[in-house]
Parts: sequence; C-alpha cells; structure tokens
Amino acid sequence: MMQIHRAGVAEGVRLGLGPAGAAFVLALSFGAEAEARGWGIGLPVLFSALAFSGSAQFTLLTALSGGTVVAAVASAALINARYLVMSVALNDSLHGSRLSRALQAQALVDASFVFAHRNDGRYDVSRLIGASLPQWVLWVLGTAVGALTAPSADLMHRLGLDVVFPAFFLILLLEEVRHSRRALAAALLGGVIAGGLLLVTAPGYALLGATAAALIGLLPDRGSDPDREGAETGKETS
Amino acid sequence: MRIWLAALAVTVVNWLMKAGGPLLMGERRLPPAAVRIVSLVAPVLLAGLIVTELGGQKLDWTQIGGVGVAGILSLLRVPLLLAAAGGIVLTAGVRLLLG
Repeated sequence: MMQIHRAGVAEGVRLGLGPAGAAFVLALSFGAEAEARGWGIGLPVLFSALAFSGSAQFTLLTALSGGTVVAAVASAALINARYLVMSVALNDSLHGSRLSRALQAQALVDASFVFAHRNDGRYDVSRLIGASLPQWVLWVLGTAVGALTAPSADLMHRLGLDVVFPAFFLILLLEEVRHSRRALAAALLGGVIAGGLLLVTAPGYALLGATAAALIGLLPDRGSDPDREGAETGKETS
Repeated sequence: MRIWLAALAVTVVNWLMKAGGPLLMGERRLPPAAVRIVSLVAPVLLAGLIVTELGGQKLDWTQIGGVGVAGILSLLRVPLLLAAAGGIVLTAGVRLLLG
C-alpha cells in the first residue's frame, strides 16, 4: 500500500501556498470580527488552531450573536457536514489503522481535498497533508494578526479582498472540469442547486444541498462523453 | 464561558466529521457507483462554494467581475496566484473609481 511520501507532501505544500494566502486574508477578517464581538484574542486564535475551519468558525461567530448556543453549534456543525461526505470519499485512499486514518483525515479542508483529487478518482493523502500545512499556519497567523490589529471591514472591502476566496475556488474548479464533461455537468448542476437554495435558506444549507449534484455519478458511464454527445446530436438532426 | 464551550463543541464536531469516513466505513470499500459519485464531490463542492460566496449576501457586481476576470485569466493559462491577483486588482480599482 502506498504510504505518505515526502515528494507528495512537498508538492502539496507548493500547491497549498496560494490558498494559504487566501486563508490568511479570510482569517484576518475572522480575527478582527471575533475581537470586535468580545471574543478577545486568545480564544479566536485557539479556535482557529484546533477547529481549522473557516465556514464553521464564521457560522458560530455570527449565529452566537443572534441566538442560543445549541442552535449556533448545530448550524456550525451542519455547515461542515460536507466534511463527512469528503471523508467518506477519502477513506479508500487513507493508510493504516482506523485511528491513523481518522488522524490523516484531519488534514481535510476544501482546497486540499481538491488538490489531492487524482484523475483516477482516488486521492493522494501526501498531497492532502502537504497542502493543508501552509493553510493551517497562515490561518492561525491571520487570525492572530486580525484580532491584534482589527482592520475594518470597509478597508478589506476597498482592497478587493472579498474576491480572494471565490476567485481561488473558480480557478480550482476550472482545473477540475478541464478534462471531464461529467465533472462540468455536475459542477453546473451543483451551482444551480446552490443558487436555488440560497433563495430560500442560509448558505451553509445551500452548500450541503449542492453536493447532491454528485449523484450524477450514478448515471451509467456510456463510454467517452464526446461519443454520446455525437450520437445525441446525430439523432436530432436526422 | 458560554463562548468557550460553544467553540469547543464545534471543534469536536468538526474533528468527528473529518474522521467520519474511517470511523463509519472502517475497512469497507466503496462500490464502483459510489466511487463515481465520490469523484464528483470536489467539482460540485467548488461550484457550490463559489455560488454561496458570491450570492450569500447581497450581490456585488464589482466582486463578481473580479472573480470572473480571475477565471478568464486562468483559462488563458495565467498562473494561479497571478490570475487571482488580477481579479483583486480589478475589483479594488473599480471600487476606487466608483468611490
């Protein structure tokens, strides 16, 4: 069985630098926002170091301000239910005992999951761990800098920093769908589902609902996609 | 204290979610159909993240424009960091002009 190898980790670290920069910017705003809401400096930094999850941390921060602790924790947990989906996807590619694999899976974050995805459908765990290392460091560092310096939301907006995350996700997505029409179809469907759900519910639920688009994978694989398209258009024109 | 406990609870739930695959599946392997689904999770998730990031609050055309430019630069084979930087600069520039 393939073990965790240094070259893969190094490759992952290199790939992870870009998203790590994005994570730093997002962590800045998390640290600043948490400090502004009276969380102090130690708790946000510790929370970032241990939870290492932007979506859950922001959800808890926002939900705690307007509701009960139980509801806030439940929202934050639900927004991260996608990690359960990803973890199941990853399981076949992890190494060693169950505990060892559960530990390796802690490196799971969105961008690393995408980098670890190989063309054959399996996942490169070395790359997953490597890519998460710089993201974790800059996520924690960004939270500390944000809590200490408290940059205003207006400044972050004027600098265009809200573009950072969606831009990275789009670039990663373009790379993912470049070689697979099925992935493109699933992504488009996922985007539409997320957009539709956004009209009626919160982003966390919309994101979770969008993962249903991966069920496109249940459709039988009828050889290469271009052939299928050719056959269909041929039928229409004849 | 209330905030600390909430943060701790979210952290533990997060660990369990990430460990969910090994904990629930153990040594069992996914059947082929499930593997095909699983291989589509990454692109679907990215699409969902883009939509929720851009449409989660009020639509902001300066943000969408910057993200679009980053995507176009990436299609033109501009390296990842430069493509993202191009989008950020465009959005910041437009906001500066619009005041």
